[in-house]
Amino acid sequence: MQQAVSRDVVVGLKQGLHARPADMLAREARKWQSRIELVSKSQRVDGKSILEVLTLAAEEGTRLVVEVAGPDATEALAAIVRLFDSNFHENEETAVDTAGRITTP
Amino acid sequence: MKFSDFVATGAIRSHVDSSTKEGVIREMATALVEAGRIPASDLESIVKAILKREDLGTTGIGRGVAVPHTKHPSVDKLVGTVAVSQEGIDFDSLDGDPVHLFFLLVSPPDQPGQHLRALENISRQLRDDAFCRELKAAKAPADIQHLLEAADNHGMVS
Repeated sequence: MQQAVSRDVVVGLKQGLHARPADMLAREARKWQSRIELVSKSQRVDGKSILEVLTLAAEEGTRLVVEVAGPDATEALAAIVRLFDSNFHENEETAVDTAGRITTP
Repeated sequence: MKFSDFVATGAIRSHVDSSTKEGVIREMATALVEAGRIPASDLESIVKAILKREDLGTTGIGRGVAVPHTKHPSVDKLVGTVAVSQEGIDFDSLDGDPVHLFFLLVSPPDQPGQHLRALENISRQLRDDAFCRELKAAKAPADIQHLLEAADNHGMVS
């Protein structure tokens, strides 16, 4: 059964939607059969492609619409929204980043 | 953002000598030192930080491209360079393919926007298969420089 669903999300990451979260997003999106697109003010990109997601250059506070269509759309949308809600598990990773920077002489 | 806004011309390499992830990162960072874009005294610290970032997840984003990067307080403006490996280097890429094109970025810690816009520019241009192919076929740093300039001039990138 085909479904089409969408939700608004806001990028909560201080560093914006950079390479690591873009990778997580594309990986999650590829687990699903449905077409998954992210829509910003100026463009629409394929959520399964890290290159496409990076072209959004979505900074902290950017509003995006996640549009999903296909047989597993509802579950897929929930999974993608969960990533945004959890801030892509960024906290502990940022700490490592910062530590790396500060502890190096 | 355009390539010319962050790519250090003197640091472009068309033939990397290394065949390992750490080797190519070190080679590119050294090229930035030689081009006078990062201080020699910070080389080790920058290489270490980039490798640490790779440990969190590869920056080999597929299509034979990697974007190794870090934030570092030694720069007050985003600086980067480009290198090509004809043989390809195992970079634990997302798609498993060897990496031929490297874009290394060092950005100031407090300006995530610059880094995002550089990633945007790189990923936007790399969607063009011809651009990727021509970069991989580059014989000299000047060829790469010309391809980047051409991409900048075509661009509708702000």
